[in-house]
Amino acid sequence: MAVQDKYKELIDAATAAGATDLQVREQDNVLYIDGTVSTGAAKDELWAIYDKIDPNFTSGDLVLNVNVTVDAAVTKVKVITESSNLNIRKGPGTDQPIVGKAAHHEIITLVNKSNDQWWLVRTNDGEEGYSYSRYLEPVTE
Amino acid sequence: MKVTNRLFLLIFAISVAFVSCKPKDADIKTAIEQAIAAIPDASNAVIAVKDGVATITGEFKDDATKAAVETAAKAVKGVKSVVNNGTVTPPPPPPVTISADDALIKGVNDAVKDFTKVKADVKGGVVTLTGEIKKASLPKLMQSLMALKPKKVDNKLTVK
Repeated sequence: MAVQDKYKELIDAATAAGATDLQVREQDNVLYIDGTVSTGAAKDELWAIYDKIDPNFTSGDLVLNVNVTVDAAVTKVKVITESSNLNIRKGPGTDQPIVGKAAHHEIITLVNKSNDQWWLVRTNDGEEGYSYSRYLEPVTE
Repeated sequence: MKVTNRLFLLIFAISVAFVSCKPKDADIKTAIEQAIAAIPDASNAVIAVKDGVATITGEFKDDATKAAVETAAKAVKGVKSVVNNGTVTPPPPPPVTISADDALIKGVNDAVKDFTKVKADVKGGVVTLTGEIKKASLPKLMQSLMALKPKKVDNKLTVK
């Protein structure tokens, strides 16, 4: 229970953010918080609270897994790499061959996101493949 | 004077008779307890009766059991109303799923690939990070790693 007390502010914030499927479990002194929030901003806020309670996430006593609901109507995603092009691969994994690239800040088509980490996308040139979801941001029209 | 006294006596006698016609609270309580004894998993029910009003407290495993106790209590003679303050114990959450190392290693490699100064080791579900990272990139890396369902992330990175 001690770990839950430590991260109480975070759990409360997740509840207040209206997180769905929220699960807070403690196992072997590690707290697992899973849930889905409706906006990227809500997710960032929870991570900011995590960073505040445990600066730089060094304690290793929390596994925070917050997903953001992506509206089914969203069909476009923006490439949010730092500056480079984004690789588009044949399959979901960095071990897969690169079949195409999308430019930094380019808006491309989201085909499906059945895999959390690797989303199936299509470039404006019609190249289709998997890109790492960290570098894709849903665009609402 | 005498007549008045007799009248009082009569009223008293009637009221005593009237009251004693109604089942006593203690008897109602016993009757309810007997009625609910037949309900499975209702042994935690605590019954209190005051002036014919039965109050149920205690923990039940589900809403159906809680409702069954209430129904049984309502059917007992002499019960005017039932206040159901019973609580339902939520089922224990399913245990935390931890990814197998093989799947975890693949996912971790994908997640750290773009952070060239970060080294990650996976053992028994624990992801250990060494090397260095920019502060701005740290949440992104941690988010990607924690989405992979590791046992925990042991962050030994030097944050620049």
